Amino acid sequence: MSVLYVVLPIALLLLAGAIAAYAWAARRGQFDDLKTPAIRALHDDDTALRPGSDKTTPPT
Amino acid sequence: MTTISPPDRAGAATACAHCGLPVPAVLLRPDGQQSFCCGGCATAYAIIHEGGLDRYYDLPERRSAAVAPSGKSFEEFDHPAFHALYVRARPDGTAETELYLDGVHCASCVWLVERVPLLVPGVLRAELEVGRALAHVAWNPASTSLSAIARFLDTLGYRPHPFRAQRVEERRRAEDRTAMLRIGVAGALAGNVMMLAVALYSGWFAGMEPAFVRYFRWLSLLLTAPVLIWPGRVFFQGALASFRTRRLHMDLPIAIALGAGFVRGTMNTVTDTGPIYFDGVAMLVFLLLVGRFLQQRAQRAATDATSLLHGLTPSVARMVEGEAIREVPAEALLPGVLVEVRAGETFPADGTVAEGESRVDLSLLTGESRPVAALPGAKVWAGTVNLAAALRVTVTQSGEESRVGRLVREVAAGAGRRARIVLLADRLAGWFVAVVLLLAALTWWYWQGTSPDAALDNAIALLIVTCPCALALATPLAVTVSIGRAARRGILIRGGDALEALARPATIYLDKTGTLTDGRFRMTAWNGPEWARPLVVALERHSSHPVAAGFLEAWPRLDAPIAAAVRQTMGGGIEGRVAGREVIVGSPVFVGSRATGAPPTSDHTSAADTPVWVAVDGAVVAAASFGDPLRAEAPGVVGRLRERGWAVRLLSGDARDVVEAVAGQVGVGSGDWRGEVTPEGKLEEVERAAGQGAVVMVGDGVNDAAAMARATVGVAVRGGAEASLAVADVYLSRPGLSALDELMEGSERTLRVIRRNVAMSLVYNVAGAALAMGGWINPLLAAILMPASSITVVLASWRSRTFEEGA
Repeated sequence: MSVLYVVLPIALLLLAGAIAAYAWAARRGQFDDLKTPAIRALHDDDTALRPGSDKTTPPT
Repeated sequence: MTTISPPDRAGAATACAHCGLPVPAVLLRPDGQQSFCCGGCATAYAIIHEGGLDRYYDLPERRSAAVAPSGKSFEEFDHPAFHALYVRARPDGTAETELYLDGVHCASCVWLVERVPLLVPGVLRAELEVGRALAHVAWNPASTSLSAIARFLDTLGYRPHPFRAQRVEERRRAEDRTAMLRIGVAGALAGNVMMLAVALYSGWFAGMEPAFVRYFRWLSLLLTAPVLIWPGRVFFQGALASFRTRRLHMDLPIAIALGAGFVRGTMNTVTDTGPIYFDGVAMLVFLLLVGRFLQQRAQRAATDATSLLHGLTPSVARMVEGEAIREVPAEALLPGVLVEVRAGETFPADGTVAEGESRVDLSLLTGESRPVAALPGAKVWAGTVNLAAALRVTVTQSGEESRVGRLVREVAAGAGRRARIVLLADRLAGWFVAVVLLLAALTWWYWQGTSPDAALDNAIALLIVTCPCALALATPLAVTVSIGRAARRGILIRGGDALEALARPATIYLDKTGTLTDGRFRMTAWNGPEWARPLVVALERHSSHPVAAGFLEAWPRLDAPIAAAVRQTMGGGIEGRVAGREVIVGSPVFVGSRATGAPPTSDHTSAADTPVWVAVDGAVVAAASFGDPLRAEAPGVVGRLRERGWAVRLLSGDARDVVEAVAGQVGVGSGDWRGEVTPEGKLEEVERAAGQGAVVMVGDGVNDAAAMARATVGVAVRGGAEASLAVADVYLSRPGLSALDELMEGSERTLRVIRRNVAMSLVYNVAGAALAMGGWINPLLAAILMPASSITVVLASWRSRTFEEGA
C-alpha cells in the first residue's frame, strides 16, 4: 500500500498537466465557438477546391 | 442554366429549387425545369451551380427562406474611412474584417459562406461563427475589394453589415475564457477531491490505516485550497458586495458555508479529528460556477444592439460641391450641404429633395409597404432606400440627430426603462438566504446549550446540505435546455426572463408589414390574356418602379420583344411601342385617360392592393394587382393566441385602409388596431400599455425596434433589417408566424419545468436542514444528499419536453 505515496503525487502531477493543457486551450480560444466546428466537421472536405487551386471551372 | 437536371427535392412541382418554399402559381415553369419562388433564389441557384457547388442542395439542413438581395452597391465598404474603422491590414498585404450577416441560422449557411473563397477570386478565407452570425473574412486587396465580397454575400441572401462592436466583443470573449478556465480548474480539482473522499468513506466502513487516512485528508486539503483561492474567489467577492450594499444575496450563505467548511475542515485535518467537508466545498464551487455560466451565456446579447443599428445608415456620403463630387464620412455632413444619392443607395442623412424624381422605400423606418414618390421638396430620411433614380438632397439633419439616429437612442433608452422580470429563483433567493442563515444560527445556539462540541459541526453541515446548488441550477438548466431545443426549431431566445414572461398571457402587439404579411410587394392577381404578358414585360424592363420589379419577378424568363419610344410618367405609368403595338401600363386613372374600356374581370383580392391596368392599341385588355399578401397561417395563429388568453392588437405604420383590411382578415376587432403609427407612436403605445401589465411586441423592422426594446418581451420575425432586430429577446428565424404559437406553448412548458425544479430543490433543502438541525447528518449522508439534489434537477431538466416536434 505504501506505493500510494508515490502513485498519488504522480497522479496529481498528471492532473496539473491536464489543467495546464486545458488552460492553454481555453486561452487560445479553443472554446470560444462551440457550435460551428461541430457543423463544419460534417461537411465534406474539399481542399482540392481551396484557394491555390483557384476557382473551379464551372460545368458548361 | 436551362440545361441542368433538377435536384432531387425539386421533384415536388411547387417547391423552389433553391430554398424549397412554395413557388407562386404565376412563376411555375410549364416545361418541367426548376421553378424558383423569386428572382433572388434564381440568381443564387445560378451562382451556386456555376461555382460547382451543387452539393449544397444535398445538405440535410438547409436555409428555407427566399433570397431577397438588397441590391445595394456596398461602395462605402471600400472607402478609406470605412477601412480605418473596421478593416485590419496584415503585414503580408492582405486585409481582414468581421461582417455581421443577416439570415445565418443553420449548418448550410456555414457550408456556403465558407466556400466564398472558391467563388470569389482574391478571397483568402471566410469563416462563419454560426451562433453569432459573424463572418471573419480575409482577402487580398490587390485582386478583389470588400464591396465585391459584400455584394456577393448579398446575392446569396446574406446581407452583410459592418461589425462595430469589436471592443465590447473582445472584452466579452476574455470574460468567457476566464469563466471557462475557472470552471475547468474547479471541476478538475473537485473531481479529484471527490475521488479521495470516496476512498475515505470506503475506509470508514472497511477500515483503513490511520496513516493513509491522514495522508488522504492532507491531499484533499491541498487540492481544495486552490479551488477556493482562485475559482471560488467570486463568491467571497459577491458576499462582500452583498455585505456592503446590505442586500441579501445568494453569495452570502455560499461564502459563509465555503469559508466555515474550509476553515473547520482544515482545523480537523490538522488535529486529525472530525469531518473535513473538502469534497462538498470543492463540488459546491464547481456546480455553482457552471450554473452561473449557463445563465450568463443565455442572457448575453449576441452583439451590441445599438452598434448594429448604426450599420443601417451608410458610413460614406457623396457631397456635391459646385461641379465636383467628393466622398465624405456620413457623420461629417452638416445641415445645408447637398449630397447625391444614386438609385439603390441608402440615404446617409435626413433632408429634402433638391433635384430629381424618384421613389423611396420607407418600409425600414415606417413600415409603409408601398414605395413613396420623392419629388423636389419632399422629405427623405436616413436609412431609407432610394429606389428609382439619382437624387440630390439638401441635408437637414445627420448622424445622431437624424430620425433613425434618434430612434436608435430611443431603443437604448427603451431597453433601459424596461422593467426587468424578476426570475422565480431570484425572487426566492433572498428569502432562502435569510431562512438558511437564521436556521444555522438557531442550530448553533441550540447545540451550544446541549453539546458544544457538535454545535459548529452541525451548523456547518446545515449550511452545506442546504447548498443552493440545486436552486441555483433549477432555472438556468431548464432555460438552457429549452433555449437549445427552441433553437433547433428555428426560435432563437436570448434570455430566460423572456421565457418566463411569455408563459403568462398578457397583451400582444403585432406589426403588420413583414409580420402578418410577407413584407414584399408582389403580384397578387393577373386578369388578362396570355399574349399581353410579353408586351408588359418588354415595357417594364425599362422601369425601376416596384410594380415593374413585381412584373419581372412574376415572369422572370419570359421572352419579350424589344420596346421602343418608352416614356415614363412619375406617379402614373409607362407607355411605349412593343412589336408594333402601343402598350400602356399604369394606374387605372393613367391608363383610363389614354385608352378606352375596362379590364376583363375586376375581382381584386384585397382592398389593400394596388391595381395596375394594361392597355394595348387604345383598349384596356388586362388588370393586375400588386400588394403585400397576408401570410396564410396568420389568422390561425392570431386565433390560437386568443385561445391562450392573449389580448391581440395590431399596430402598423401602413395606411389605415390597408391595416383595416388586414385586421378584418385575421379577426382583430375595430378597437384593437391602429394604422399610420410612426415608430415614435408605437413606442408611446407600448409604453402606455406597459404601465398596465406585461406587453409583448412582435415586429420586423427598425420602426418596431424602439417598441420592441421597451416591451416586456420583444419578438422579431424573419425579414426586414435583421441587424436591427438584435434588440429583440426572441427571434423567429423560421419563415412565417407558426413559430409564434410554438413559442408561447414552449414557454408555458418551460415555466412548469422551472417550478418543478425549484419545488424539488426546496423539498431537498427542507429535508436536509431538518436532519442537520437534529444532528443526524454525518459526513457520508451530507456528501450523498448534496449532489443528489443537483443531479435530480439536471435529470428532470433534460427529460422535460419543451419545444419538441409535435409538442
